[in-house]
Amino acid sequence: MISFIILIFSSIFFVGIISQTKAMIRGRKRPSILQPLYAVLRLFKKGAVYSTTTSIIFKLAPIIYFSTVFLSVFFIPVGKLSGLLSFEGDFIYFVYLLGLGKFMMIIGAMDTGSSFEGMGANREALYSLLVEPAFFILMGSLALFTDHISFYELFTHLHLHNNLTYTISIVSIYLLIFMAMVENSRMPIDDPETHLELTMVHEVMVLDNSGFDLALIHIATWLKFAVFGALISDFIIPTDWAIPYQILFFFGIQILFAIIIGFLETFRARNKMAKNPQWLIMLSAIAIVVFLTTLIITNKIILH
Amino acid sequence: MSRLPNLLRIKNNQSIDLGKIENLTYADFYALAIDLLKDDDKHCTNYFAYPYKDGLQFIMAIADDVHQDIIILSHILKGTDKQELKALTKENFALHIFEREIYENYGVYFTGHPWLKPLRFAHDRALKEIQINDYPFYKIKSEELHEVGVGPIHAGIIEPGHFRFICNGENVLHLEIQLGWQHRGIEKLILDKENLLQRTILAESIAGDTVIGHTLAFVQIMESLSNKKVDEQIHIERSLALELERIAIHIGDISALCVDAAYYLGANLFGVLRTPIINFLQLWSGNRFGKSLIRPGGTNYPFTDDLKQELWQILDNFEQKFEEIAYIVYRLPSIQNRFDFVGTVTKKQAKLIGTVGLSARMSDIKRDIRMTHPNIAYKKFPYETVTVKKGDVFARFLLKKKEIRHSIAWIRNVLSSFDFNSKKKQKPNYNLNFKANSLSISLVEGWRGEICHCALTNEDGNLQYYKIKDPSMHNWKALELSLRNVEISDFPINNKSYNLSYCGHDL
Repeated sequence: MISFIILIFSSIFFVGIISQTKAMIRGRKRPSILQPLYAVLRLFKKGAVYSTTTSIIFKLAPIIYFSTVFLSVFFIPVGKLSGLLSFEGDFIYFVYLLGLGKFMMIIGAMDTGSSFEGMGANREALYSLLVEPAFFILMGSLALFTDHISFYELFTHLHLHNNLTYTISIVSIYLLIFMAMVENSRMPIDDPETHLELTMVHEVMVLDNSGFDLALIHIATWLKFAVFGALISDFIIPTDWAIPYQILFFFGIQILFAIIIGFLETFRARNKMAKNPQWLIMLSAIAIVVFLTTLIITNKIILH
Repeated sequence: MSRLPNLLRIKNNQSIDLGKIENLTYADFYALAIDLLKDDDKHCTNYFAYPYKDGLQFIMAIADDVHQDIIILSHILKGTDKQELKALTKENFALHIFEREIYENYGVYFTGHPWLKPLRFAHDRALKEIQINDYPFYKIKSEELHEVGVGPIHAGIIEPGHFRFICNGENVLHLEIQLGWQHRGIEKLILDKENLLQRTILAESIAGDTVIGHTLAFVQIMESLSNKKVDEQIHIERSLALELERIAIHIGDISALCVDAAYYLGANLFGVLRTPIINFLQLWSGNRFGKSLIRPGGTNYPFTDDLKQELWQILDNFEQKFEEIAYIVYRLPSIQNRFDFVGTVTKKQAKLIGTVGLSARMSDIKRDIRMTHPNIAYKKFPYETVTVKKGDVFARFLLKKKEIRHSIAWIRNVLSSFDFNSKKKQKPNYNLNFKANSLSISLVEGWRGEICHCALTNEDGNLQYYKIKDPSMHNWKALELSLRNVEISDFPINNKSYNLSYCGHDL
C-alpha cells in the first residue's frame, strides 16, 4: 500500500520536473512544478465536447485507458515494499494491461473519422508493437536470472554483485528509460510540444478529447512515467537498506529520471518518422545483450 | 533570331514609352518567347495582360542575365477575336502560373495548357463559373490511396491555404496547393488611391514579411516613371535595409526549422538573435519591419553616424553569437539526420518550374537579381551570390546560413567604404508627376527571391495598371514537387524551409 501511495505522489511532480529542466537549459522562465496539476484541475472543471461522428467507443476509451494504467501501478514494488497485487507472471499481465489501454485509445481515435487521428493511431500501433519485444526480452532475461516471474519476487532476488550483473543493470536501465519515452510518446520518436499535427503520434490521437477525458489522459501519462521510474529504481535500490532510506532513495531516483528525460529531450532533434521503426528495433537488439549476459551468468552458455 | 533582330531591351528600374513596344502577331510572339526562354540565362519575370482599347495587350518581361537587362515582348488580342490562345506552358512549363492568371482574370482560354485552373479567385475575375469551393483537384483513383486535406484554416496563426495530399500510407504521392483564400485586390487598391503616400503604405502591406522588398520595388517604379533622381546615399540606405530584412527573416526561419525538428534549444538561441536586427530597424525607422523607412523621392530617416556605430556593434555581436550557435546546430547529427535527403528538388525540376530566389539557389541555379540586374547600390557594391547543390531541406537550411554571412559581409563593406553624410537631406516627395504612356519594370531580390513590379501609365500620366509578382508565385510549385515520395510527416519542415507567402501570392 505504501508503495502505491508514494508512486502516485511522485507521479504528480514528474512532468513538472521535466518541464522545469527543459526550461532551465533553454534559458526560459521556469513554469511552476505544479503547472501540470493546475492544468489537469482546470480540465476537470470543464465539460467535454463530443463530435457527432463519434460513438460510445470514443467516450469509453479515455476511461478504460486511465483505469488500465491506474491498475498497472498496483503491481509495481518499491524496494522491499511490495505492490498492492502480486502474482506469478504479473509482468505479462502488466504489459497487456497497458496494451489494452492503448488499444482502446487507438480505436477511440479511429472512431472520430478524422484523417489526422487515423494517421496518429496507425503510428502509435506500430511503435507499441515494435517496443514490446524489447520489454519481454528484458523481463524474460531477468526472470531467467532470478528464477522468479513476478515483479516483487524478481526484484527482491536480483542481487547484483559482479561485473556481469552490473552490465545487466546498466543496460536494463538504459532500456527502461527509452521504453518510458516511447510509451509516453516523447522524444526522439515523438515531440510532445509540437503544434504540427502531421508530425504528431500521440498528441494527434487525443486531438478530439477534451475536458474530463483529456485530464484522465494527462494523468495516465504521469502515472506511466512514475511506473517506469519505479522499475528503474528497483534496479538500483539496495534491498538490504532500511525502508525509510529506500523510500528517500526512490524519490531521488524519480527526480533524477525526470531530469534525465529533460536533458534527453533538449539536446537533440527528433527522428525522421521513417527511421523510428529502425530505432525501436534497436531497443530489442540491446535487450538481447541483457539476455546473452544472463545466459552467461546462469551458465546456459559456457565461455571458454 | 533572324525574324526579329531588334529586341526591345530595358534596364532594371527603367521606364519606356508604350508606343515603342512593338506588338507581334501571336505566332511570332509564341516562337520568339519559346526560343528566348530556351536559354538558361533568361527567365520570364512577368507575363500579364491588361485591357487595351477594346481588347487585351499582353506584355512579357524576360530577364536576360548576361546582358543584365529585361526584354519586353508584346502582343494584342482584339476583343472581337476568339478569346483563345495556344498555351506557351506546353513548351515552357514555368509560364503556367501566368497563363492561369490571365485565364482567370480575362477568360482567355489557353489550349493545351496542362493545368488550367483558377489561381486566386479575384472578386472581379472573368471566370466566375468556378467558385473557390469547387476547385478541380487532381485525383488518383485507387483503393490503396487516401487523401488528406489540410487547411485553409490552420491550427497556428498562419495564413489560409489548402493543401491536398494524395498518400499511400505515410508516403505522399502528390500534393496540390490551393490558394486564393484571402485575395485583397491590392493591385486594384493601388490604382484606386490617388495619393502617393497611401499607395506606398499599400505597397508595404503586399506581404507582411517582405515590407522592404516590395516597398523598394514600388518606390523604384514611382521614381523611374517620374524621372525623379534620388541621392546615391538613399539608394544605399534602402539596400542596407533590404539586407537587414534578409538577415532577420532568415534567422527567424532557421529558428523555426529547429522548432519543427523539435530542437528547441537551437530554436531559442537563434530566435533571440533575430531581435537585435529587427530592433535596429525599429531604432532606425520606428518600426521593427522597416515600415515607413522607404519613401519615394527621399527619406524621413537618414542613416546617421550614431546609427552606423550602432549597426557595427550589433553586427559584431550578432556574428559572433551566430557563428557559435551555428557551429553546434549545423553539425548536430540528429539535425542532419532530420533534414538530409528530405524534399529534394533537382536542378532540372527547379529549372522546369522556373523557381526564383532562395529556392532556385538551393538547387545550384545562380539566379540573383542583385547580381544580374543590380540597382545603383549593388552596382557600386557588388554582391556575390551563393548557391548550394543538393536541393533538399538541409540545403535550404544551409543556404539561409550562407546568405546571412554574405549579407553581413556586404553590409560591412558598405559601412566601411561608403561615406554616409547625414547632412544631406532629401525629403520624400509625394507629388511626383508621371510620364504619360509609359511602362516601367522594377526587379528587387527580396529575401525570398525576385520581386517584380510593373506599372503602366495612361495618356494623362495616371497609373492605369499595376502588376505585382511575388517570388512565391513560382515557388509554391517547388514545395509541391518537394513532397513527392516524401513522408507526410516531413511536410512541415519542407513548408518551413521555403517559408512562402500566402498573401504575396493571393495579393
